[in-house]
Amino acid sequence: MQTLLVDLVYLAVLTLLAVPLGHYMHRVYEGELPRGARVLRPVEHWLCRAGGPGTLKPQGWQAYALAMLAFNAAGFVLLYAILRLQAVLPMNPGQIAPLSPALAFNTAISFVTNTNWQAYSGEAQLSPFSQMMGLTVQNFLSAGTGMAVAVAVVRGLTGPKSQTIGNFWVDLIRSVLYILLPMSVVFAVFLAWQGIPQTFGPAVTATTLEGARQAIPVGPVAGQIAIKMLGTNGGGYYGVNAAHPFENPTIMADMVQTLSILLIPAAFCVTFGKMARDMRQGRAIFIAMLVMFVAGLAVIQWQEAAGNPLLHLAGANMEGKEQRFGPALSGLWAAATTVASNGSVNAMHDSFMPLSGLVMLVNMEVGEVIFGGVGAGLYGILLYVVLAVFLAGLMVGRTPEYLGRKIERREVTLAVIAFLAMALGILVAGAVVATLPAGQAAVSNPGPHGLSQILYAYSSFTGNNGSAFAGFNAADPLQAILGGVIMMLGRFAMILPLLALAGSMARKVPASATAGSFPTHGPLFVTLLVGTVILLGALTFFPALALGPVAEQVGLVAGQSY
Amino acid sequence: MFTKLNPRELSKNPVIFITAVVSVLTTVLAVIHLVTGEPGGVFGLEVSLWLWLAVLSATFAEALAEGYGKARADSLRSAKAETPVRLLASASAAPDSAQIVPSSSLRAGQYVHVAAGDLIPTDAEVVEGVASIDESAITGESAPVIRESGGDRSSVTGGTRVVSDWLVLRVTAEPGGSFLDRMIALVEGAERQKTPNEIALNILLAGLSLIFVLVVVTLRMFAGYSGATLSVISLGALFVTLIPTTIGGLLSAIGIAGMSRLIKANVIAKSGRAVEAAGDVDTLLLDKTGTITFGNRMADALIPAPGVLPQDLSAAAWLASQADDTPEGKSIVTLVEAQSRSHPELPAGATAVPFTAQTRLSGLDLPDGTRIRKGAVDAVRRLTGGDLPAALQTRVDDIARSGGTPLLVASDTRVLGAIHLKDVVKPGVRDRFAELRAMGIRTVMITGDNPLTAAAIAAEAGVDDFLAEATPEMKLDLIRKEQSGGRLVAMCGDGSNDAPALAQADVGVAMNSGTTAAKEAANLIDLDSDPTKLIEIVMVGKQLLISRGALTTFSIANDVAKYFAILPAILVAAYPGLASLNVMRLASPESAILSAVIFNALVIVALIPLALKGVAYRPSSAADLLRRNLTIYGAGGLVVPFIGIKAIDLALVALHLA
Repeated sequence: MQTLLVDLVYLAVLTLLAVPLGHYMHRVYEGELPRGARVLRPVEHWLCRAGGPGTLKPQGWQAYALAMLAFNAAGFVLLYAILRLQAVLPMNPGQIAPLSPALAFNTAISFVTNTNWQAYSGEAQLSPFSQMMGLTVQNFLSAGTGMAVAVAVVRGLTGPKSQTIGNFWVDLIRSVLYILLPMSVVFAVFLAWQGIPQTFGPAVTATTLEGARQAIPVGPVAGQIAIKMLGTNGGGYYGVNAAHPFENPTIMADMVQTLSILLIPAAFCVTFGKMARDMRQGRAIFIAMLVMFVAGLAVIQWQEAAGNPLLHLAGANMEGKEQRFGPALSGLWAAATTVASNGSVNAMHDSFMPLSGLVMLVNMEVGEVIFGGVGAGLYGILLYVVLAVFLAGLMVGRTPEYLGRKIERREVTLAVIAFLAMALGILVAGAVVATLPAGQAAVSNPGPHGLSQILYAYSSFTGNNGSAFAGFNAADPLQAILGGVIMMLGRFAMILPLLALAGSMARKVPASATAGSFPTHGPLFVTLLVGTVILLGALTFFPALALGPVAEQVGLVAGQSY
Repeated sequence: MFTKLNPRELSKNPVIFITAVVSVLTTVLAVIHLVTGEPGGVFGLEVSLWLWLAVLSATFAEALAEGYGKARADSLRSAKAETPVRLLASASAAPDSAQIVPSSSLRAGQYVHVAAGDLIPTDAEVVEGVASIDESAITGESAPVIRESGGDRSSVTGGTRVVSDWLVLRVTAEPGGSFLDRMIALVEGAERQKTPNEIALNILLAGLSLIFVLVVVTLRMFAGYSGATLSVISLGALFVTLIPTTIGGLLSAIGIAGMSRLIKANVIAKSGRAVEAAGDVDTLLLDKTGTITFGNRMADALIPAPGVLPQDLSAAAWLASQADDTPEGKSIVTLVEAQSRSHPELPAGATAVPFTAQTRLSGLDLPDGTRIRKGAVDAVRRLTGGDLPAALQTRVDDIARSGGTPLLVASDTRVLGAIHLKDVVKPGVRDRFAELRAMGIRTVMITGDNPLTAAAIAAEAGVDDFLAEATPEMKLDLIRKEQSGGRLVAMCGDGSNDAPALAQADVGVAMNSGTTAAKEAANLIDLDSDPTKLIEIVMVGKQLLISRGALTTFSIANDVAKYFAILPAILVAAYPGLASLNVMRLASPESAILSAVIFNALVIVALIPLALKGVAYRPSSAADLLRRNLTIYGAGGLVVPFIGIKAIDLALVALHLA
């Protein structure tokens, strides 16, 4: 009952906040700033001038993609350098050694691609400088990249016939300056008020129950947490992420943080509707996402509340959960963080029930499109929309079209490429790891649970989620390098085809809708879209899942645990 | 059908090609198992057999679809006989100076002389003479048509026959490039190229197949991690049942059958692209005359002048039209006879007064000297002098305002009344346009009439818009304007001045009776020269796309049941508990795999009639169509294979085959 109430309040507040934020974001991207945000305009102008004349002209998709790639490559090089040089860089009170090359590679890719997989333990292996100037900066920029790409894709789908899809630098600057920065500042202040440290002071020491003295490092935590949540980054200050009391001190902080995971992704649906000049289009996508989110959430809440049948204990499954949060808040966080490619955790996902693990895997494997990452969720679901419209659109007797633009050979090819990348990252990389002895050594449990750990890790890499089944050792060089490569694949093998798709759609003349055009709003389309996501996801990943969480579940029912 | 098993032929269809490759693989493995005595050889052969059957069903469907076109091509080829022709040195050369050459040697630009009984050797333009031509070999229409030099009736088609008189022709087609040659190639499917949407669908199907390659290969690796070795034969069976073989196998048959439906409707598509585009059409430009209205104005009512008895007016109108052979005149006679059942006797000794450009009147001089006349209002008034009675004048103005044409009937100088001639809208077109509107297609009527007349007819026919006093340039502009709004336009035309608009339209249908220029510019040719065909063509295009979409959806939805059949069968080796996924309670792993591959092959066979006939299509809005087809082919596609596979499993067990 209490769980239901928590979930309902959560969804209601999410929807209520997403609508005005979506409208605000639309105005930002259209360049019609609301009064309050205009104070930042000189900053935008100064930043825009920095690139020199000509850099701000509308770009074709190739130029847009090139700018995005160059920017991300530069971000990678800079972050890699910071992580390798942190010992000689300032602000290193703990005398922390540099990260190993493999780990630095993995971490740099991880933060540039908005994955924020933590193969390292933040407080132990990173200096405050690395956290602040390296990770936090990338938290903003990778989120901004995803948002910019989403806006460009939507522009290609909804704008007038054009050779261009916007300007990457303008979209990026606006995303960061007017959306991510102000929201993070407000959010950080709130979190600091709730008790999250924001300091450059030394570690605090505490005496544990066993009487041992424990030094707990602190730092500029609140600021990093704010953007970690809002930008669906997920890489925490501490290794155990939001299960750490300094990262998630109160129930209030927990609820608001969970909310902040899905806030911008949900608002993007509204922005999309505004840009399409047809709110019904955005609403249909929002509802489709909501339906899938609620379905998964329901399974998790049910499974966690029911507990483990083998323990013969009445009560919920509490293994790996914070006593403070219990199954309801842990389950809600787990659902939100896996759908949204956030990847932060307030409980250990490894210890969830097998079916909850299955839901979390599916949430990621469908490509992080149920709300998804900031921007990434929207352009990801648009990939499914293109496929759904193409598959079923023929059934109305016309060449399939979305928002008045025909889906033809080029668009289908691009969608298939993006879709193949997902299967490649999860299935092929996962299978290779499961076959290699070095890969098998990385799992903490044999049998189906170990396979779940591998699948979870590679689903997380491919979906740029960043959360993990805790038993998986991702720090060994093989996992660090392969994982890094797969994170890049999951990010850019999705973005590039989608930008190309947007460029190709932009060049078409949009036709106005008639009674003969395929309706892409309303319950029928929502059903179709949800069906396509589930069906394509299920068809691709069901066999692998059958040997992982499903086998684990049937074993559990039969009285066997792994 | 078996020639289509040639690898080069198969490779045109990625899905079926992969199926054939897997079939070869499983067959070879099964034979090796049999030879070495390893277990599973017989099972492997059974599986391979059914995989091959899926490949065969696909090629069979294509061969069946091509059957109709082949038969039609043979009948056309018989019209293309080699004959001696009389070649003239120039257009004005005397016929007896002609040189006899074989018809196959004719080149474009040469002149030939043809006379009654001759076969027209190839496509040509009439430069001299008038003749009636029997075009039944091409159109199936037995009534001969007139062909003469100049104007829109100057082109003749190779393979037709001169019935009377003679013609001097200028050859317009190079050898092998005549309309008949092209038609034979088209109906035979020799020139059939994949259409844009078909290519896109093929890419998606190939992409899905590639994903399933990854799924099946990695499944073997994951199973290896889980301590089970999966046999290649079982994985081959899983793979083939997962890839969209149903739509892959029927895709080209659907396309060919769509073209055949057009050929049956006597429409030749110069490209498959045009047929597809027909399904996408947003705006139909329809010529008023012949499509919306009957070709001619017809008498609709008789309005007596004040003080004139209706029967006097009808009698005079009847008499005045006796010598009038125009359709208008005949329609007056018909109207009078229908209204009064009786009509006056034609008095002996009456003289007909034919219509002349000077008087613009026609009628009859009775033996008693009474002159009965009918004609346009101003012509009759000039004859009778003076104004019309006010009441009649009002009615005459009303007729003009409603888009009709008033005629006056006079006896000597006395005006008896008016005849209301109007464009009669064909019965049923209003409903047809309402259907089109429900499908989201806008109809625009094209007419040379003045805007007033056009508006009246447009309102009566229920078209969405009209273009009055249309010139070829205006038509072209209208098409461009529609297209700039992203709309696809279809139109039909026959005259040379229609050629630019036909070329600009996305779907241009030329009447076979039209000029060579129009036929060159159009992408579809209607052999019956029936402008209402345009609507049928749109329906065929839509049905083609719907059939593809429906079978694709069905094919992909089928995979869910196949997973539930095959996965538990092969994965119990790793975890026996996974047997609980066997929701259909299939008898054994072998029977489960066999049932799935049998279902997979049989469903292709079962759907061949649907692919050839096309999915039932009733004009309705896209939302209704989607709801209906998604329910039948989407939800149906999920459920049907569960039932089918279970039934096959029961049968296999009953027959002790597995």
